[in-house]
Parts: sequence; C-alpha cells; structure tokens
Amino acid sequence: MDNAFGQPQTILLLGGTSDIGLAIVRALLSPVTRTVVLACRDRGRGEQVAVSLRDAGVQVDVVHFDGADTETHETVLSEVIATHGDIDVAILAFGQLGEGEATGRDVAAAVHLAHVNFTGAVSASVATANQLRRQGHGALVVLSSVAGERVRKANFVYGATKAGLDGFAQGLGDSLVGSGAKVLVVRPGFVHSAMTRGLPAAPFATTPDKVAEIAVAGLRSGRRTVWAPGILRYVFMVLRHVPGPIWRRLPLG
Amino acid sequence: MFTVSRSSLTGWGRTNPSVADVADVLAGELPSVLKEAGPRGVLVRGLGRSYGDAAQNGGGLVLRLLGSATDAVLDRDAGTVRVGAGASLDELLRILVPRGFFVPVTPGTRFVTIGGAIASDIHGKNHHVEGSFGNHVVRLSLQRADGSVAELSRHDDPELFWATIGGMGLTGIVVDATLRLLPIQSSRMAVDTHRITDLEALFATMAEGDEHHRYSVAWIDLNAKGRQLGRSVLSRGDHARADQLPASVAVHPLAYGPKQLVAVPPIVPRPGVLNHASIAAFNEFWFRKAPRQRLGELQTISSFFHPLDMVGSWPRFYGRPGLVQYQFVVPFGQEGTMRRVVERISASGAASFLAVLKRFGAGNDAPLSFPQPGWTLALDMPGGTTGLGELLHGLDTLVLDAGGRNYFAKDAHTVPETIRRGYPRLAEWQAVRRRADPLGMWQSDLGRRLRLADD
Ligand SMILES: Cc1cc2nc3c(=O)[nH]c(=O)nc-3n(C[C@H](O)[C@H](O)[C@H](O)COP(=O)(O)OP(=O)(O)OC[C@H]3O[C@@H](n4cnc5c(N)ncnc54)[C@H](O)[C@@H]3O)c2cc1C
Ligand SMILES: NC(=O)c1ccc[n+]([C@@H]2O[C@H](COP(=O)([O-])OP(=O)(O)OC[C@H]3O[C@@H](n4cnc5c(N)ncnc54)[C@H](OP(=O)(O)O)[C@@H]3O)[C@@H](O)[C@H]2O)c1
Repeated sequence: MDNAFGQPQTILLLGGTSDIGLAIVRALLSPVTRTVVLACRDRGRGEQVAVSLRDAGVQVDVVHFDGADTETHETVLSEVIATHGDIDVAILAFGQLGEGEATGRDVAAAVHLAHVNFTGAVSASVATANQLRRQGHGALVVLSSVAGERVRKANFVYGATKAGLDGFAQGLGDSLVGSGAKVLVVRPGFVHSAMTRGLPAAPFATTPDKVAEIAVAGLRSGRRTVWAPGILRYVFMVLRHVPGPIWRRLPLG
Repeated sequence: MFTVSRSSLTGWGRTNPSVADVADVLAGELPSVLKEAGPRGVLVRGLGRSYGDAAQNGGGLVLRLLGSATDAVLDRDAGTVRVGAGASLDELLRILVPRGFFVPVTPGTRFVTIGGAIASDIHGKNHHVEGSFGNHVVRLSLQRADGSVAELSRHDDPELFWATIGGMGLTGIVVDATLRLLPIQSSRMAVDTHRITDLEALFATMAEGDEHHRYSVAWIDLNAKGRQLGRSVLSRGDHARADQLPASVAVHPLAYGPKQLVAVPPIVPRPGVLNHASIAAFNEFWFRKAPRQRLGELQTISSFFHPLDMVGSWPRFYGRPGLVQYQFVVPFGQEGTMRRVVERISASGAASFLAVLKRFGAGNDAPLSFPQPGWTLALDMPGGTTGLGELLHGLDTLVLDAGGRNYFAKDAHTVPETIRRGYPRLAEWQAVRRRADPLGMWQSDLGRRLRLADD
C-alpha cells in the first residue's frame, strides 16, 4: 500500500536491468520502501545492479523473468506476491530496439522483436493488472515511446511494437477505471541509455533520471500519460500531421 | 439479504484510496456474510473518521454495521447504556444528554461509531483524569471469524477483550457494547480560556492546573516562530452544574440539538484552498480572537467538543492531495523532544491548520492502545506539502527515541518498524489475534501496510 504521499512500499521492475526502469525505481525510493523486486532475464546482471540499491538500504529480490517466455509470466507474478505481498508500483521496462531497417527485412528478427516488445509486454501487463485488480490498488507504469506515435522507417518494427503497446496500455488503463488500479503510459523520446549507446542522439534527447522524474510526478498527480521531455507532446502534435513525402525525409535519427 | 457494491474508499484525510466490495449488513446477517469472504478477507468500517487507511480493505470485503442508537438500552440506576456498535456518538448523545447522561469519552467529532471508538480506543479532552474509551467499556460482544459471537469483558476472555480494544478491527467485529456513562446536570460546559505566550509556559500551566478540570486541551499555533514558538490557547472545562446556569438556560438545562451549519461542496479548485498563506492567516486570527483570560464561560457541548462538525466534509478544502494528520505521544520528562518537534515543524514551513496539545494520564491494559502518560500532539497538514514524508519520518525517529509512539487512527505514512518500536506489546497482541482468527480473515490496508498481523 502506498502511504499518504504516494510513496510505495513494494516496487516490481519488469526488465530489472533497464536504465530507465532503475532510474524510476530510484526516484520512488523513500524511507517507506521495503522491497524492490528486479525481474530479469539475466539474474547475474540483476545481482550486479542490486548492489547499489542494497547500499541505499532497501531489500532487493532478483527473480528470473524472460519477457519472451509468456507462459511463465503468471507464475512469476504469483511467486512475487506470495513472497512480498501487494505490489504498489510495477514498472514494465523490458524491451529491445532491434537492428533498425535490417530487422524489417529479417522474418525471424522481426517476429522476435514483435514477440518481446508487444506480445511479451501484453502478457506481463495483463498478469500484473490482474493482481492489482485483486488488491484494489496499485499502479502499472508502461514504457511506451514516441517511436510509436508516428512510426518511421528507420526503426519501423520497433516503432510498430510501441504503437501497439501504447494503444494496449491506454485501453488497459481504461478497463481498470473503478478497480483501484491504474496505468501510467510514459512516452520518452531519445534517452541516453544502454539501449541507445553508440547511436547519434535525436533532438530533445534526455536522460533516464529526467524520464524518471516526469514519470514519478505523473504517478503522484494521477496522470494517465506523460511525455519525456514534456515538449515532445507538442512536437508530435505537429509531426503526426506532416505529409508522408516530407516525413520520410526528416532527419530524425 | 445484503448487496455488495464495489467502491473506492479513503480515510478522512482522502489520501491513499483502495477499492473494495462494500456492503451494509445487520449484525444478525454477519455469520452468513462471512462465508462469502475471499482471500483478501473482511473488515468492518464505521463512519470513516480515521484519517488514514485503517477502515479500508483493498480487494476484500468491507462491511458497515446497520443499526442505530434508538435501540440503545439505558440503565439509569447503573449509569450504563447498551448500544449497537454501528450507532454513532452523535445519535447516542441525542438520546443520552436530554436524559442527564454523557458519553464517557468523546473525540473531536461526534460522527464516530461505537465500534470505531472501541477499535481505536479513542481518547478525549478528559484523558488525564478518566483514561480512554476502553476504560469505560463494561462488556462487548464480538463477532468472530468462525461465525460464533463471543461475550467479552474484564472477566470473560480478558485477553481478547483487551486485544479488541485498540485492535483496529483486526480481532473481529464488535456487535454491541455496554458503556459506563457520566451523569450530567446540564448540557452546558463551564469553560476557562487562557492565551499562553510560549511552549514552556504552556507545559507549566497544564502540568499544574489540568487536574482541577475534567477537560483540558491546548491549541498551538505551529506557524509561530522564535520567541513566539508554541504560543497557544488553553481551553479547560467541566460540565456546568444546574446552579451555574443563567435563568434562560435553566428552564431546559439538558436541551441538546447540535446542527451542522454548512457543508463543503464536492468541487473545490485544485490543489485546494488551504495553503500556507490561508492557514497562517487563520492561525493568527484564532490566536488573536482568544481572550487573554476568560473564566467560567458557558458553551454548548458541540462548540466545546465538536467545533469542526459545524462544517461537513471539511477535508475537501485541502483539494486533491488531501490532508495528513500526525499524532504522537512522548512520555513526561520528554518536553525537550516535544519542543524539538514543534521547532522542526515550524522551521519546515509546512503549514498546520490545527495543532492540539494534550496531557495523557495513565494508559490501560490494551496492548495496542495509543495513550500512555505524557504529552500528545495532533496536527493536520496539507498532503501536497513537499518533503512532508521525509519530515514526518524524521519526527518519528525523535518520538521513538524519546519512548513515544504514533496513533493508528491517524496514521497514513509510517512504516512497520516504527510500530514495532512504539508498541512493544505488539507480539503479545499478535498471539491473541492468531488464536482468535487463525485463518487471518480480518484484514485491512493499515494492517498490511504496517504488517500488524504477522512477524
Ligand atoms: C475531526 C476529527 C477529530 C478527531 N478527534 C479525535 C480525538 O480527539 N481523539 C481520538 O482518539 N480520535 C479522534 N479522531 C479519530 C477518530 O475518533 C477515530 O479514528 C475513530 O476510530 C473513528 O471512528 P469511525 O466510526 O469513523 O471508524 P472508522 O474510521 O470507520 O474505523 C476505524 C477503525 O475501527 C474499526 N472498526 C469500526 N467499527 C468497528 C466494529 N464495529 N468492530 C470492530 N472494529 C471496528 C475499523 O475496522 C477501523 O480499523 C478524530 C477524527 C476526526 C475526523
Ligand atoms: N532509450 C530510449 O531512447 C528509449 C526511448 C523510448 C522508450 N524506451 C523504452 O524504455 C524501456 C527501457 O529502455 P532503456 O532505455 O532503459 O534500455 P535498457 O537499459 O536497454 O533496458 C531494456 C531492458 O529490457 C531488458 N530485456 C530485453 N529483452 C528482454 C527479455 N526478453 N526479457 C526480459 N528482459 C528483457 C534488458 O535486459 P538485459 O539487461 O538482459 O539486456 C534491459 O534490462 C524499453 O521498453 C524501451 O523500448 C527507451
């Protein structure tokens, strides 16, 4: 149960090594935080990032979780709950970027990306939402992306998975109205993280900490969608209506 | 038959909501209703006047006991009343006062149920002489998780009796109770008011004069700093005797008819109209309005005990972030800690609309009862104040180091460890609870947040 200040006791990070996800966890830490559960496909990497959180004085549990392994998601969730009780905030942060246009020419790679970023995310979200609904409280933070706002050729499979996930998460949030559980959709632009390492930064590039700050403010004020940075909301109001021939030529990285 | 509706519930502070299946039930229906309990368990809710999440059970069943004080049985000779636990003090006072009796303890609002008063073992302005609500409960009947109803008193299963008093609804549902009453000659209070310039003077005046009055409480302006730190208005009173009444009142000495003057509409512009400026202005006004000293003034029961009840749903003034109430007690001899707490709040700039200081007398046998001999401070703060969580966490540490503790009925922020330090008899209470409810049917958000049931 969150306390009166929206400070959670138990936080679940799906994609336990995600730079943005960990930044959100850190921004949520407070004296009431009891447990952070890092759900990772590579537990060894999870244990590495757990160290700094444990130094901050929280109890960290690293559990095995593969976003692609959808049949296991409900079991992972119920084990987390059996061990730690109610989840106050769950952050869905796992995802992959793919290899740009090349992924769009490789059947197996395209299907794999769609499977992890969309199918896996849908599966983990539904499993989490069911638990939040049973508790009558709690929030699910879904990391969408501006890449799904208007899909561009440079990473169109990735963008399409985020477009699908964004729509799904909005609808999930609507379906949870009245249940006590809520969904916050976060739409970052280019973020300097492991995912984008080595790539040229796009305009309005930001950092995981900045995204986290915006996400946490959104949670506390009861928002349903936030953009990071906030200006991208207005940028995309325009970009959404740019004619196709011009859109294809825009230098958006 | 009872109907269940899925509703979002908060406490009086309107902070951390959760959704539960809520149903109004008659006491007689309870055994069959309890069979419907799911894995999230059952909780009884009174009038929702606890500030935090004590009367919530997210995802579970929340029951409200039907029944009113009109069924109450008054025994004039014994000076007791037997009343259903779903009845409110408001209803009960309307029956008792005209008949020359008063409830043994009343909080700052009369809109609490008998069940809620027992479950929080509430205290009033008379704690320094008469203790808390539980001290005046002669017996009670408790709906147990297994469907049976237990008769409890100081002689019949005293352990479960005392675990239920202050037990926050986690030992079962109090169905009815017999209370010892106070005979009164009039419905008026004879009140002495003193304006006090600082905290040291307040401690001294209260320590010395409180015992001469049944009721005593001081209102502190927490926005005042420096030399004015702790400036306050001390108000002490007793039930007026018939011979103290002027002729106009003496015709109907026991007349009683409290009214609500206004209610706050559901829509208040966010983030609320109570902010630092408006709160500081109010406190200044309140302090200046009080006379330097006024003795023997006659007041009504509602203006003396329940001034806030004149404005319905007043927390709405705080807007969306709601309000947080913080109440703790520190033992006598820890006046320095109380001073440090007041200094920290005053320095933080976190505005407090009403801060109330009171001296507690002896505690009772209930393991989770809040009052213990010492000083208690209760304050309201806008939930949206930045850094408030950290401020209160720091204050918790000061309070615990001084041997004090927090009050469950007000809490919406603290952590399980705080409770373990502040309530050393928690484990004892847990053992009684396990015996009474081995399957853990009684559950609440507060219980889960503070891990009250398990260790
Ligand atoms: C303006 C104001 C002033 C106040 N002043 C004071 C004060 O001076 N002193 C003080 O001590 N408190 C004070 N309080 C707090 C209040 O007295 C307590 O929170 C009280 O418990 C509220 O009663 P309720 O019926 O609203 O119960 P709720 O808030 O609905 O429930 C409180 C707890 O009681 C349990 N409960 C309710 N009914 C039953 C039952 N039948 N059987 C078992 N458990 C039950 C619930 O499960 C819950 O844990 C004040 C509150 C307000 C809003
Ligand atoms: N960075 C950006 O510019 C940006 C912009 C908008 C949106 N986003 C989105 O934000 C989220 C977090 O990204 P990030 O920037 O924090 O990048 P990141 O640090 O690379 O995080 C991505 C995480 O996903 C995990 N992951 C990948 N496949 C997985 C699988 N099958 N099962 C479980 N975990 C898997 C990775 O685990 P490993 O450590 O094991 O690889 C990693 O922890 C992603 O959904 C991303 O799409 C990022």
